[in-house]
Amino acid sequence: MAVEVRLPNILRPHAGGQATVSTEGSTIGDVLKALVADYPGMAGQLVTETGEMHRFVNVYVNDDDVRYLDKLDTKVTDGDTVSILPAVAGGGF
Amino acid sequence: MADGLHLARLVYLQMVGHCYDGLPDEGCGLLGGDPRTAQASRCYPTDNLAHSSRIYTVDPKAYLAADRDAEARGMAILGVFHSHTHTDAYPSPTDVAQAPDPDWHYVLVSLRDIAPVVRSYRIVDGKIREEPVVLDSQ
Repeated sequence: MAVEVRLPNILRPHAGGQATVSTEGSTIGDVLKALVADYPGMAGQLVTETGEMHRFVNVYVNDDDVRYLDKLDTKVTDGDTVSILPAVAGGGF
Repeated sequence: MADGLHLARLVYLQMVGHCYDGLPDEGCGLLGGDPRTAQASRCYPTDNLAHSSRIYTVDPKAYLAADRDAEARGMAILGVFHSHTHTDAYPSPTDVAQAPDPDWHYVLVSLRDIAPVVRSYRIVDGKIREEPVVLDSQ
C-alpha cells in the first residue's frame, strides 16, 4: 500500500529536509521499517530495539492514533496519510 | 537566527488566559507562526492530558490538529508553552529531559505570584538559553 508520511521537524534532516515522503507497507510497522530503510538516520527513533513503538513518538493513520488501534500491526490502505509527531510533555519539577 | 521570540499581543493574552483557565493544573499549548523570524502569530491552547499541577502532556490529537491548521495557514508549530503553578518561569529538569525539538521555543508562564511571569527559552542538547520575549503591539 502506498502511503504518505508526514514527518516532524526533528526527523526532516534525515530525509533531506522533506516534510512529507512516500513509502509503502501493509501495516504501520512495515511503513516505519521502510522509512528507516530509506532514511537510515531515523533508526532507533521510531521503534525501540525490542520492536515496540518509541514512547515519545505518536503515530497517526489519518485521524486515528495507532496506540488505540493495533499499534505497529495497524493496517494501512492506499492513499492513507501517516503522521508522526513527537510527544510534548514536561512539568514544573 | 532571529534574536528572541516575538509574540503577537493576542497570542500572549490567549496563552496566559489559557494557563489561568487550567488551574489548578498546569496549562499547556502550542505556538504557531514563522520559525524563520520567530514570530508566533497563533496560539493553540490544548488540554493537559496529565491533569496535574506538576506535569503536563499536550494532547497528541490536539497537536495533530494544530500542526495541520498551521500548515494550511502557511505556518509551522514553532514552540510550546506551559504554566508552572507554584514555581519560577524556568525550565525544570523534566522540561529539559522531555524537550522534543531543539528548534522550538519553550515558553514558561509562572502563576506563582499575583502577576504572571512569561519567559522563553531554547533548549538544545540539554542546555538552556533564555531569549527575550518581544510583545508585538498587535
